[in-house]
Amino acid sequence: MPAAIMPPGAAVAPARAAGARDRGAPGSRPDVIVAGAGVIGLGVAWRARLRGLTVTVVDPAPGSGASWTAAGMLAPLSELRYGEQPLLALNMASAQRYPTFVAELERSSGTEVGYLRCGTLVAAWDSADMAGLRDIHGFARSLGLRTELLTRRELRARVPASASGLAGALSAPDDHQIDNRLLHGALLRACVAEGVTLLPAAARRWLLRGDRVVGLGLADGTELTAPVVVLACGAWSGQIDGLPPGVLPAVRPVKGQTLRLRTVGPPLLTCVLRGTVRGHPVYLVPRADGRIVVGASSEEAGFDLRPRAGAVYELLRDAQALVPGVGEAELEEVSTGLRPASPDNAPLIGPSRIPGLLLAVGHYRNGVLLTPVTADAIAGLLADGALPDEAAAFTPARFDHAGNRATEGRVADDQAVENRPTREDVR
Amino acid sequence: MADDAFTIAGEELGSRLILGTGGAPSLAVMEAAIRASGTDMCTVSMRRVDTTTPGSMLDMLARCGVRVLPNTAGCRTSHEAVLTAELAREALETNWVKLEVIADEQTLLPDPVELLDAAERLVAEGFTVLPYTNDDPVLARRLQQIGCAAVMPLGAPIGTGLGIRNAHNIELIVAEAEVPVVLDAGIGTASDAALAMELGCDAVLLASAVTRAQDPALMAAAMAAGVTAGRFAARAGRIPRRHHARASSPVHGTAVF
Repeated sequence: MPAAIMPPGAAVAPARAAGARDRGAPGSRPDVIVAGAGVIGLGVAWRARLRGLTVTVVDPAPGSGASWTAAGMLAPLSELRYGEQPLLALNMASAQRYPTFVAELERSSGTEVGYLRCGTLVAAWDSADMAGLRDIHGFARSLGLRTELLTRRELRARVPASASGLAGALSAPDDHQIDNRLLHGALLRACVAEGVTLLPAAARRWLLRGDRVVGLGLADGTELTAPVVVLACGAWSGQIDGLPPGVLPAVRPVKGQTLRLRTVGPPLLTCVLRGTVRGHPVYLVPRADGRIVVGASSEEAGFDLRPRAGAVYELLRDAQALVPGVGEAELEEVSTGLRPASPDNAPLIGPSRIPGLLLAVGHYRNGVLLTPVTADAIAGLLADGALPDEAAAFTPARFDHAGNRATEGRVADDQAVENRPTREDVR
Repeated sequence: MADDAFTIAGEELGSRLILGTGGAPSLAVMEAAIRASGTDMCTVSMRRVDTTTPGSMLDMLARCGVRVLPNTAGCRTSHEAVLTAELAREALETNWVKLEVIADEQTLLPDPVELLDAAERLVAEGFTVLPYTNDDPVLARRLQQIGCAAVMPLGAPIGTGLGIRNAHNIELIVAEAEVPVVLDAGIGTASDAALAMELGCDAVLLASAVTRAQDPALMAAAMAAGVTAGRFAARAGRIPRRHHARASSPVHGTAVF
């Protein structure tokens, strides 16, 4: 699909990308403001800066949200659900970008990010789970994806620490992991190194002129203006006041808890192991340093960040059911974050209904995985005026004002791409 | 075929299919399933639903125009279940509650002692109580006696999709019920829903069979058709089962050449 949107900020001319990489004097008006310094916001800022744009990022506590709590699984296949083939395509596109993205980021930041191409095994707790994995295996193969079914013996051979009663596993050799905290730290360093301005401030309200967004009002009263603002505040994206109703499709917080365990001695696991224990999903992500990230609860609890005792119990219970030796590890940390969930679980990437405002929100369970493709898509839109094809199906235009899927989804997408007036503008 | 109203506690419901909302991969998928099912009432877990944030399950249900029936899923004691029902009444402004008191995580079977106790207390507090119960005719009778507005026996344990394991017990419950009987839990596919209705149940409540299907909206439509087919069949009166064949076309007056 040809994607030929002029960026809402018409002042951002594509020619800038080829021009001088001027940093812009401190305090001067940037080309782009990014609200939110999680992995998505920083990814966008870094890539936009590499395209020659001057960028200011606003966040009172960079990386304190879902980017911190996440486990860093890069798992298009083991997150695959029936009916989510479009999201799979985007997830795959981002996974394929990861090696290059990491190489460039490590060069730009001078730090390593813990990208481990370790593969993932999805263990079956019982024979019914195994039957479910066989179905997923068939589904994955029909989509041309690489998976392999393992018998219980093959699973034990690959993961000697796994529990003896597991019924088998599905291997997803291309599902990898990254240390999300190292990734976030590296993005911060890369942004600083490339000349992105980081403002440790909270955005309180949108600045509007006529029908367009022209900047953000900060908590200390200062006003920051730019031709384009990119919203990347995750679950908190709806908390900045002043947008007309309906501009932001509903993105709701889905609470997730993860645990960080520390093991000593030979590693318990050398690949990501996940499974569903008596109906409760759990994963174990082994880091290179011996830590294991165990996750994750999934709770519809609003903006509640308090760790819940039962969630910790359930995660440890189920992790031990898959890998009994986990019980001996040191419990180092319990962390809680809010996943930004859109109605269809897929992100919102691209122009909003209001000029001057781009969205990079709603990444739900896949924010770390989708960082490269989102960053490149938004940077491409900012620098070239066009959204790359792979992101075209994920523009916010697929939702109507109520937040539900537009009935004529294709038509809505096409309208956005051609930037014609939408139904709502005409009304 | 018309004039077959389904009422609980004097409230008429537009569909004999009630949907649970657990297990759907996304709100959009759940919404599509609700619309395809034609249901008039969805049950939501008070412990798993967010009543405070825009864009939550409740907003979606409001948009669909369905009634919200709060449930006490996850409660293990009468005490917890009563507190949860009271919370639901305050948050959702309804005194209807699907009462669920689970004995253990392995079977998710109702704990009959805690259930009866909680039901008694909630009825006394003025709730319209719809208890999720075992397929035990005696327990169903006791729940009616203490004032429950319906009884909702399981076909099989929650999420198993094993269908109706003791059809005879369901028939016994139906035979002496003076309140609506809703077959709740265990449905795997549309024929299970049809069977429940053929056995005389007034309605079917299901979740996983739809929300965990590969195509939830299509399965929701299948369940709606199954419920309708089973209801029609139950009202139409089935033929007796016979050991020997009985020709369907007349054998007398056959022409002889």
